[in-house]
Amino acid sequence: MSTSLLSRHGRGPSVRFGPLFAAAALALLVGGFALAFYWAPEDADQGFSQKIFYLHVPIALTAYACFGWGAWKALRLLWTGERRYDLESYTAIHMGLIFGLLTLVTGSIWAKISWGQWWTWGERQLVLFLILFLFYSSYFMLRYSTDPGPRRERNSAVYALFGVVLIPVSFLAVRIAGTILHPTIFTHEGADLPWQMLVAFLVCLAGMLSLAATLYRVELTGKRIDASLRELRELLA
Amino acid sequence: MNAYAGDVAALARKDLLLEVRSRDTLPAMLLFVVSALTIFHFALPSGSSERAETGLLWIAIVFTALLGLTRAFAAEREGGVLDGLVLAPCDRSAIWLGKTIGLTVFLVLAELVALPAFALFFHPLSWDLVAAVALADIGIASIGTLLAAIAAASRARELLLPLLFLPLAIPVVIGGVGASIASDPGSFLAFLILYDGVFAILSWASFEYVITE
Repeated sequence: MSTSLLSRHGRGPSVRFGPLFAAAALALLVGGFALAFYWAPEDADQGFSQKIFYLHVPIALTAYACFGWGAWKALRLLWTGERRYDLESYTAIHMGLIFGLLTLVTGSIWAKISWGQWWTWGERQLVLFLILFLFYSSYFMLRYSTDPGPRRERNSAVYALFGVVLIPVSFLAVRIAGTILHPTIFTHEGADLPWQMLVAFLVCLAGMLSLAATLYRVELTGKRIDASLRELRELLA
Repeated sequence: MNAYAGDVAALARKDLLLEVRSRDTLPAMLLFVVSALTIFHFALPSGSSERAETGLLWIAIVFTALLGLTRAFAAEREGGVLDGLVLAPCDRSAIWLGKTIGLTVFLVLAELVALPAFALFFHPLSWDLVAAVALADIGIASIGTLLAAIAAASRARELLLPLLFLPLAIPVVIGGVGASIASDPGSFLAFLILYDGVFAILSWASFEYVITE
């Protein structure tokens, strides 16, 4: 009985590798920030404040990765009909929303330092993240206001798939809006980073992805236990 | 393929016939959009630019569409028709297509009143704007039908639908406003066509999953 209950929500991620992810996240993040602060050259234009780049951009890319992972699990749910993918997709999007909020906060701090404003509609990545943040917050509203069951799992999965399509569509929309509706004041420097900066950035990115993977596994285990416990309670009642 | 087209036509005809007989949705949409335009006149200080007026027109269009969308599956729900539709021997995506066609007709009819009223109250319209509105209708009806079906399965239907719909409508507004005021509207119209295509295919393919119990 108990095994069938647990397996419906999927087996727990193997406990052995959990601490490994956490250790990798810690080592890579500490190492990455050490490289960023002490080794990578200081930006000629922005000076010390450019260091937030090593925090802001990895967080943003990690958020994309989480949304993509959540959509992949949603697709698997619709494809195979296996219910365990529901919690996996939900957890990935939960992580994505947290990293998305952090992207907005760190981007806002960077905007304040660089341009003297907490919010600027000229910064396309921030506008895009605001749209995505609103979208995925609605995903949570959808989950909370629908009764648990196969219908909620499939509806959430379809909405998660819409999200991953909305990312490039909104990116394009914000881009063409930026060229004509608003003057383009700030342009990105492109990929012509000095190689030391690139190395520090990649280490930070790997660290942030490991952190997301760690959090994902912890949260997923918790959510699975919650779901199994709820079903046990319903059986006993 | 012929059978599929027949199913779609029958389903769209059912929605239109129902509306002709009950007059539930369309009069409300018409009254809403004219009221909204009247409010916009007083919301805009005198001397506001034509660009600001055009932007408000797009707000009116999106919210009028939202009003129609909240009623999209109301008749089905109240009459318990949804189970019958799902059990009917037709492809489930035909239900989506029929409903989308019906909704597009409602939107076009509402705008046949709204756009002349806007031209009368504010300033004349360009053909680019009319084309953008037509393209936006297709996109709004496509995703709107799917989202209305998702919202209909939740406890907070009328509350949830705007939350689900508005983030997805932001690109429509960007494309529509851009096509209305930019000096070269081509790229914005092309963007709206892309939006319609992408989301229509996605909604068509995924509708089956949100309609079955």
